[in-house]
Amino acid sequence: MIDLALPPLCLPPALVLFTGALLIALVRPAIRPLILLLAPLLTLWAVWNLGDGVSLQTQFLGHPIELIEADRLRRLFATVFALMAFAGGLFALRQASRFELSAAYAYAASAVAVCFAGDLISLFVFWELMALFSTLVVAAGNHPAARQAAVRYGVLHLFGGVVMMLGIVGIMGQTGSVDIRAIALDSVAAWLLLTGVLINAAAPPLSAWIADAYPEASPSGSVFLSAFTTKAAVLALILLFPGAGVLIPIGIAMIFYGILYALLENDIRRILAYSIVNQVGFMLVGVGIGTELAIDGAAAHAFAHILYKGLLFMSAGAVIFQTGKRQCTDLGGLFQSMPVTAICGIVGALAISAFPLTSGFIAKSMISQSAANQHLALVWTLLTAASAGVFLHAGIKFPWFVFFQKDSGLRPADPPWNMQAAMLLLAAACIGLGVFPGLLYGLLPYPVDYLPYTAAHVLSQLQLLLFAGLAFFVMLPWMQRTLTISLDFDWCYRRLIPAIAAQVESGWDWIKQRFDAFWQSYGARALDWVLDPHRSRGWLARTWPTGSMALWVVALLVLVIWFGPAQ
Amino acid sequence: MNADPDQRHWLLRPGTLRLLCWLGASVLAITVLAQLWVDLHAEFGVDGWFGFNAGFGFLSCVLMVLVAKVLGYFVKRPQKFYRHDD
Repeated sequence: MIDLALPPLCLPPALVLFTGALLIALVRPAIRPLILLLAPLLTLWAVWNLGDGVSLQTQFLGHPIELIEADRLRRLFATVFALMAFAGGLFALRQASRFELSAAYAYAASAVAVCFAGDLISLFVFWELMALFSTLVVAAGNHPAARQAAVRYGVLHLFGGVVMMLGIVGIMGQTGSVDIRAIALDSVAAWLLLTGVLINAAAPPLSAWIADAYPEASPSGSVFLSAFTTKAAVLALILLFPGAGVLIPIGIAMIFYGILYALLENDIRRILAYSIVNQVGFMLVGVGIGTELAIDGAAAHAFAHILYKGLLFMSAGAVIFQTGKRQCTDLGGLFQSMPVTAICGIVGALAISAFPLTSGFIAKSMISQSAANQHLALVWTLLTAASAGVFLHAGIKFPWFVFFQKDSGLRPADPPWNMQAAMLLLAAACIGLGVFPGLLYGLLPYPVDYLPYTAAHVLSQLQLLLFAGLAFFVMLPWMQRTLTISLDFDWCYRRLIPAIAAQVESGWDWIKQRFDAFWQSYGARALDWVLDPHRSRGWLARTWPTGSMALWVVALLVLVIWFGPAQ
Repeated sequence: MNADPDQRHWLLRPGTLRLLCWLGASVLAITVLAQLWVDLHAEFGVDGWFGFNAGFGFLSCVLMVLVAKVLGYFVKRPQKFYRHDD
């Protein structure tokens, strides 16, 4: 029996957004913009009306299912998810299809539901809903490559869900509890759960899905996709594995993998997709360090990253929407005719590079500082180098090749007003958080004892970034774009596994042919030898004379009388 | 397009580009020289060296570009690599 315990005036935030997604699919086009803008705002209101603790629970198989459990950390992630749904909805207002908008809002609603899931079972259910609806958003790119990428994306995320489920079942068996709490990595089940979460965080080797799928979505679809899946995974890691040291090397690997692959890329949205891996790597390092400052840093960085990465994807999406081109080699000089898009793109690029007065500066530096506080010299050194690398691959490379470099001769106008408004909104948020860090610090899970704006910090960051910029221009001849893609782990399931399957199939064919040849030469003759007596001309099928039958009957009778049972 | 220098966007005119180069070089120099007056509160010793962050940022980026170049020899493929049979 389901016994829902819901306090009065508690409106489940995810339900509000799910209802919005359903209405978007059902209402007339004239009313749709109203739903698109109101649903995320109502969700935001619902998020901030939730009190701390469990406010909606039921039972399943004897386990308590806490559908809504709120605290500062969960509220922070749900807040930025709702904000991003609003900005994404505004960006997609007049351009995206009804199918895509409905799927995107259901995806956002699932992400909000993940934020408030208080137990592993409901976390898994909402996690899978997120995978399902995000797959639909990729498929809504509505061209063959998008649908093929959606299939690969869906299969990989369902595989991740299976791994996660195995971990959850193992933990349920070992502890008898499905409560979400810090889990020690001392069992196979815990490692399986971690692996399932890391697949969604785009940790190598299963990270290629992000650069495979996100660039194939529509311009607005990739804005939604950039926000939820990987950051929901970061939240899950903070809740389940805070201070797990293994996350530090994984995060460092993600950081440099993202930078190197982004440097090789020619597709503007693939550059940004690899950049997500890089940025999530910073967050994983923060979770792995696990101190209050590091967790605050990871959460703040996730919040800031959703906003500036959404802005960068909007900027790239606006360029693709207006020009139909997505390769750096086809673009350039667009600042002349798309000034708003260029300025917003540059603001996003500065924010991701953690330039002073942007959101990245006040967030990312908390993670580096926590590494320094823990005397993790190597981690601090790699994070510092990576900060320079972020400016190299995203801070300069993206705006330079899209809006400056050579003149491509293209003169598209800035995109429609709603797209510009969404970009300006996020650009204002990136600068607003950078100028007033207290706005974000006040929402973080732990009290913040950190001052981002000291002369020493500002100066060291400016030195690092500006000389990284100098390196970009010095090395520019080495960074000219080529009409290429870069092989990633997806080569394994797009080429290697099909090649192995083809080899197995041809091997099977060879065995079958050999067997057929053997059968025809030896087996069939042996079978004939066995069957021949039974065939129409076989000796067993011959007619027998009546006398012969009488003789045999007499013989049988003698045998029965002789050996039969005594009277 | 825009062959006539006078028809170019003001940001692309040679005078503007020269000015931007000088401006950029000056800002780079100022950020390093400012360390004469600002103590960087070194966490590990070396990061307090004069111009450490400038040199570290420059060299690490050069190294990353070189590593990416080498990686590119192994992983780069033509754009249609997957499109033939997908």
